Amino acid sequence: MSNQTLTHGIRLDALSRSSNKMYLKNEKICLRANDLRLFYGEKQALKNINLDIPEKRVSAFIGPSGCGKSTLLRCFNRMNDLVDNCRIEGSIDLYEQDIFAKGVDVAELRRRVGMVFQKPNPFPKTIYENVAYGLRLQGVKSRRQLDEVVEKSLKGAALWDEVKDRLHDSALGLSGGQQQRLVIARAIAIEPEVLLLDEPASALDPISTLKIEELINKLKTDYTIVIVTHNMQQAARVSDFTAFMYMGELIEFNDTDTIFTNPQQKQTEDYITGRYG
Amino acid sequence: MTPKWIKNGDAWIWLNAAAVSISIIIVVGLLGLIAVRGLSHFWPASVMQADYVFPGNPLSRIIGEVVDNELVSIDNIRSSGIQIETQEPVLERLLLKTGNRDILGTDFRWLIAINLKNIHYPENIIALERREWGNFYGYIKSVKQHGQIIAEGEKAWPMLQQRLTRALDLAKQIKQVEKNEIGDINYEMEDLRLAERRLQLDQEDNESNLAPLHQARKQLDADYKQLQQRLNLLYQQINQDSLVATVADGTEVEIALAKIVRAYQPNALSLLARIGLYFEKLAEFIFDEPREANTEGGIFPAIFGTVMMVLIMSVLVTPFGVIAAVYLREYAKQGFLTRTIRIAVNNLAGVPSIVYGVFGLGFFVYFLGGNIDQLFYSEALPAPTFGTPGILWSSLTLAILTVPVVIVATEEGLSRIPKAIREGSLALGATKAETLWRTVLPMATPAMMTGMILAVARAAGEVAPLMLVGVVKLAPSLPLDDNFPFLHLDRKFMHLGFHIYDVGFQSPNVEAARPLVFATALLLVLVIIILNLAAIYIRNRLRERYRGLEQ
Repeated sequence: MSNQTLTHGIRLDALSRSSNKMYLKNEKICLRANDLRLFYGEKQALKNINLDIPEKRVSAFIGPSGCGKSTLLRCFNRMNDLVDNCRIEGSIDLYEQDIFAKGVDVAELRRRVGMVFQKPNPFPKTIYENVAYGLRLQGVKSRRQLDEVVEKSLKGAALWDEVKDRLHDSALGLSGGQQQRLVIARAIAIEPEVLLLDEPASALDPISTLKIEELINKLKTDYTIVIVTHNMQQAARVSDFTAFMYMGELIEFNDTDTIFTNPQQKQTEDYITGRYG
Repeated sequence: MTPKWIKNGDAWIWLNAAAVSISIIIVVGLLGLIAVRGLSHFWPASVMQADYVFPGNPLSRIIGEVVDNELVSIDNIRSSGIQIETQEPVLERLLLKTGNRDILGTDFRWLIAINLKNIHYPENIIALERREWGNFYGYIKSVKQHGQIIAEGEKAWPMLQQRLTRALDLAKQIKQVEKNEIGDINYEMEDLRLAERRLQLDQEDNESNLAPLHQARKQLDADYKQLQQRLNLLYQQINQDSLVATVADGTEVEIALAKIVRAYQPNALSLLARIGLYFEKLAEFIFDEPREANTEGGIFPAIFGTVMMVLIMSVLVTPFGVIAAVYLREYAKQGFLTRTIRIAVNNLAGVPSIVYGVFGLGFFVYFLGGNIDQLFYSEALPAPTFGTPGILWSSLTLAILTVPVVIVATEEGLSRIPKAIREGSLALGATKAETLWRTVLPMATPAMMTGMILAVARAAGEVAPLMLVGVVKLAPSLPLDDNFPFLHLDRKFMHLGFHIYDVGFQSPNVEAARPLVFATALLLVLVIIILNLAAIYIRNRLRERYRGLEQ
């Protein structure tokens, strides 16, 4: 908990790439939140968050509704920029580079940090065009290249076999679970470094949920994954590290086994054993 | 204790249902009235002959078509100075279309039904629709060529039909030469005159510049002379034939075949022939040009003008309104100022249209048009080109009249697009503009179409402002023709709405014009419905594409 003792703007560990926390000692750090505070107008939604997210691992955020876990997640690709009167203090580093620094290209940042939302949100276009959307934004026009990436991404999202015969049908005709995997395919088509998943299975049935969880397991070899979930079993099943948040504060972050078997904080224990939340 | 029928809402449901029923009855009744009164006008009714007995007057013979009847109380008739011996408290009065305005002075006559004696429908009565003086009713006596009788009695009618076919064909040729060929030459002549004038203004009117113009003019003059000769020949041919007919009181009249549009024997027609004639007249109404101060013939230029004006307006208003709405909804900071602008825009939709007409006249016609003339059409001055009311200014005036509707509808559509879709696009690294162009705007197209539909519905029915900025009673040429540059935005045009006003209230011949008012109104409604249906069809197809999202 060394970061919490630091004053604003001065970070002793700014130059070191690996964390000084015990449980992260063999991990390379991908995302790092430094004393992050977020306000909606006068109301503070995130309080002094310090957090290191390891590369190519699955980190889960758990906590009761309204604790700020989604808000924190949306800081990593600056999605909160869209919210009126939202103010952020402190910083987030993506591989040691401050994403809030002046001159950062937000679109470029979002290409590196992909995001999948709670409700599947395919565009009203064909399945093919949905997956090719990000590439077309980057100006890719070659049909062959697009075909390749679409196939690769759909395979990566375990959707290829189900849709390969109807790539040019509307994506709105897919089931909810398929739509969510399509959205994941769309996100990985542009090969981001980080994948943010905001309760990706909460709107899905159990079988689709299972498929998404299997997919997360598969994806973590290539991507750093941050997942928000209010389902503790899910967090336990899919994640390597778990953060517990409560009332805008990061209460505890540790490897998942420790959080669920031997939490260090009383609040974490209460939540996990179901005493509130 | 409230009664059960109030408590369970039955009364409320009945009230709702009644309101809907009354609305439907009103709309259907309105359309029905217009349709019946308008469409029945073209029915070739039988023409009766009768003796009209009027106390104190000599007996007179009357030929005509009954077009209306009404019941009048005997007191009313007596108080207007007509003495009549009867026990009946009310009398029937008939409106008879007697035609023959050139002889009788009027087309229509009110007659008291009981004074008509000896009513019968002779088969050999003929009706002639003429280019001047309205219809003619009477009996054919003979057909003449160069003043010599060539057929008489029984043979006159077949001969007339044969000669009339020829005359109508000649008339068509004359119209082709006068309107198109000579019209084209005139158009080119005017172009040459303007080109010469331009050279003078630029002080470059030296020999070498003017020579090709003079050459071209010489050519046109030669062409014109040739056409003039052809025209003279055609006129000689068409004027050779005439017919002699007797009217009700036995007077003989001679009518040139060149003046006749259609001849038929109304009482001898079979039902099938009658139906055929009905549709022929209906087609003439829709596809032909008006005659006789708009009281006869067709209204094609008015239909064309209305549709064209609405189309130009749509092309102008839709992009403009959409762009404004995108700024207001997507880019402008939502605050006091945008709220004020939004209220102002909504209120603009409620400003009386004549105000826009005045604005259009002052700003578009006099200011913009005047300046355009100074800058680009100085050779035509002092005759204005754009500095006078025309179809462009009408379309623009209606465009600003309807732009609030498009803005409101588009904003509504933009605000209904799920946030998740925008975020999905942004999360893939799209900028705001890319998101707008690639997903948001395509998804908002149904809403834009809705705005356009409302705009079209409002604009097509608008008359008042148009009277100030471009509509005329009779436009000599359509705003679209085969003379370069084909689309003449500076021309004045005819409009169905104005046509109704003009025919109904400015016409010298009220009785003849009244059915046309209904027929024109019906057509105006149909044109608006067709324009709307087309737009709704397109919108529904667009909606179909995005339907999955509405759930």
